[in-house]
Amino acid sequence: MVFTIQVNNKKIRAEKGETILSALNRNGIIIPTLCRMKDFTPTGACRMCVVEVEGRDRLVTACSQPVEEWMKIKTHSPRVITARKTIVELLLSNHPDDCLYCDRNLDCELQRLAEELNISERRIRSKKIKPRLDQSSPAIVRELSKCILCGRCIRVCEEIITSTSIDFINKGKSTHVGPAMDRDFNFSSCIHCGQCVVVCPTAALHEKHNITEVQEYLNKPEILKVIQYSPLVPVGIAEELGIRYNRDFDRIINSVLRKIGFDKVFNTGTGTDICISELTDQLMERIENKADKPLYITACPAWVKYAEQFMPSVIPDLSTIKSPQQITGVLIKTLVAGQSAVKPEKIFSVSVTPCTAMKFEARRDGMMRKGISDVDAVLTIRELARLIRLYGIDVTNADQEPADEPMEGRSSVSAIAEVSGGLAEGVIRSAWFRISKTEAERQLFKKLRSGNSFREASFSIGEIEINVAVVDGLKGLEKLKASQAAGKRYDLIEVMTCPGGCINGAGLTFNGSKDEKKSRAKMIYQADESDAVSLPCKSPVLRNLYEKLIKENKEISDKKIFYTHFEKRNVLL
Amino acid sequence: MYYISMVLMSTKIDLILKKYKPGRREDLIPMLQEIQDDSGYLSEEAIIRAGSFVGLSTTKIYGLATFYDQFRFLPAGKVQIKICNGTSCFLNGSQYVINKIMEETGLDPGQTGRDGIFSYEIETCMGGCNHGPVISVNGEYHTHIKADQLPELIKKLRYIIENE
Repeated sequence: MVFTIQVNNKKIRAEKGETILSALNRNGIIIPTLCRMKDFTPTGACRMCVVEVEGRDRLVTACSQPVEEWMKIKTHSPRVITARKTIVELLLSNHPDDCLYCDRNLDCELQRLAEELNISERRIRSKKIKPRLDQSSPAIVRELSKCILCGRCIRVCEEIITSTSIDFINKGKSTHVGPAMDRDFNFSSCIHCGQCVVVCPTAALHEKHNITEVQEYLNKPEILKVIQYSPLVPVGIAEELGIRYNRDFDRIINSVLRKIGFDKVFNTGTGTDICISELTDQLMERIENKADKPLYITACPAWVKYAEQFMPSVIPDLSTIKSPQQITGVLIKTLVAGQSAVKPEKIFSVSVTPCTAMKFEARRDGMMRKGISDVDAVLTIRELARLIRLYGIDVTNADQEPADEPMEGRSSVSAIAEVSGGLAEGVIRSAWFRISKTEAERQLFKKLRSGNSFREASFSIGEIEINVAVVDGLKGLEKLKASQAAGKRYDLIEVMTCPGGCINGAGLTFNGSKDEKKSRAKMIYQADESDAVSLPCKSPVLRNLYEKLIKENKEISDKKIFYTHFEKRNVLL
Repeated sequence: MYYISMVLMSTKIDLILKKYKPGRREDLIPMLQEIQDDSGYLSEEAIIRAGSFVGLSTTKIYGLATFYDQFRFLPAGKVQIKICNGTSCFLNGSQYVINKIMEETGLDPGQTGRDGIFSYEIETCMGGCNHGPVISVNGEYHTHIKADQLPELIKKLRYIIENE
């Protein structure tokens, strides 16, 4: 039912059942919010979105109050503005004054609110929060003094990721956010997905930076500096630097990385291609053996940790293939080292990903051989953008260059793997090609591509039927479990921790709107339609790797190096 | 010895949990209270057990338990002192009492000394508002406490415990 309400002496249309805030936003009235997150149940905790409703003594939170027909609302009356201003002033009263040195400087919601509300002096002073810095996790840093207790991280962790690793501890002025028993992150059930970092309005939670380490190695002439970047990096860098992305940027990024000082530039997509091929092998083998248990894809390190902690029963069914980043890392430390005649320990291998969990994965057990880690440092896309700015590189004026051999190209399917459902699609398409020698129509995969957090589809290739399930945002696991409990059998299950897959990863730009995220997916799908090399098995790069380079290298010819092991983790759940 | 006491504790927790139905969140607080009454504090194991029993993560249970003053996470001392810091007692100078106890025992609220003799907590109101400041020692109330009475009281209590 649509009716009109009066806002600031003007009539606007509102729908029954929606909140005041959504009615206002639809009509072009902006109300500042802080604790609100789209698609979550409103809590009305921060009181930033208060408005004046005639006939009510108290100010009303627009984010949680349903709109009603009789309402006469004032959104920017003096009373409302004073209230909002006081709230921000109170939040700032115990906030550290180190904006200049802060990780989120110029990109901080609290800073923006203070600026919007024209706060130019410290009116309310109170005791600063005792600084506590938790750097124990390889991926996420917790700075408690910067926390404004909005509770967004807690809600994401509980409602989307379902790992519930953090909660409010204590009460009153000693309230803080932390894992069970107030321990540090590395002892907690945190899976390092970084979704809390994405929603944190300040720098209370941010990724652990590896920039200094990378810089240090960039200055060492005797070291071979190697970098690999995930297919999403060109898009992410363009977004972060505020320029328009087009396909040329995929090649520009290579020259940009070389200008920073990297000797070799590779595309992680090649690793994804290998990952897809190996997965296809495993899947075909399972189907031939008529295995009745599903194969879980393990490309998402956060999901792997989740499974190790919460679902130890599926560990035997996890595909033991390393993630694309680690596969590329392994090839760098073996093949590339051999080709360039340097010892693996003289190679510094950096990876750029849209993910924070990859930082954790690079430090995992089993991602190291003879004391040499597969990947030495992992940068998020935000960190790479910083590095680009630091070295003063004009990306709009850079040349187009190819990546280095032997991992210079990728199939378009490997880019789809960045979107949830993409890896499963890649595996099925590869299997389809192997069995029927023709390419599967892309229309068939519509069911896997978008929808809610749990999707399923079944594909019949010749006489074989393959049931596929896709989960993104770990809350979809519940539906998966329910479906499995009801007797549904799956052959292949892809789980991505971040909602929407890697395109929503924690290493991407913070202020990405929902449209931008959609366009990330759209660009990847469009590229898939037009690219010549659509499948890993068609990629000349991969053929060269598999038929020549990997076969000839004794160290890796048995492909064991692409596999790892997973085991149950003992953490406080 | 340590191992035996651990086993004893876990069976005790099991006995308490048996009284409840699994998976009911509303039973959580009474359950935790009962465990605390029994063993004097909420051990990590108790929190994990209670969590898996009602189907909540340890993080949530810990977050909830730290919200309430009544729960403690370290074993209490043999002498458990509670100091009222309600409005009335505060006006009558409970802050001096708290500072003195802190000085005498060398502990922060909620901590237990290494010798295991003392532990103290600050409560918000104990209902003796016209007799403030009020403290309770192992459930026995002392009214109109002044800071300079405390050294002697603590000395006496320590003597009693040490020569028991």
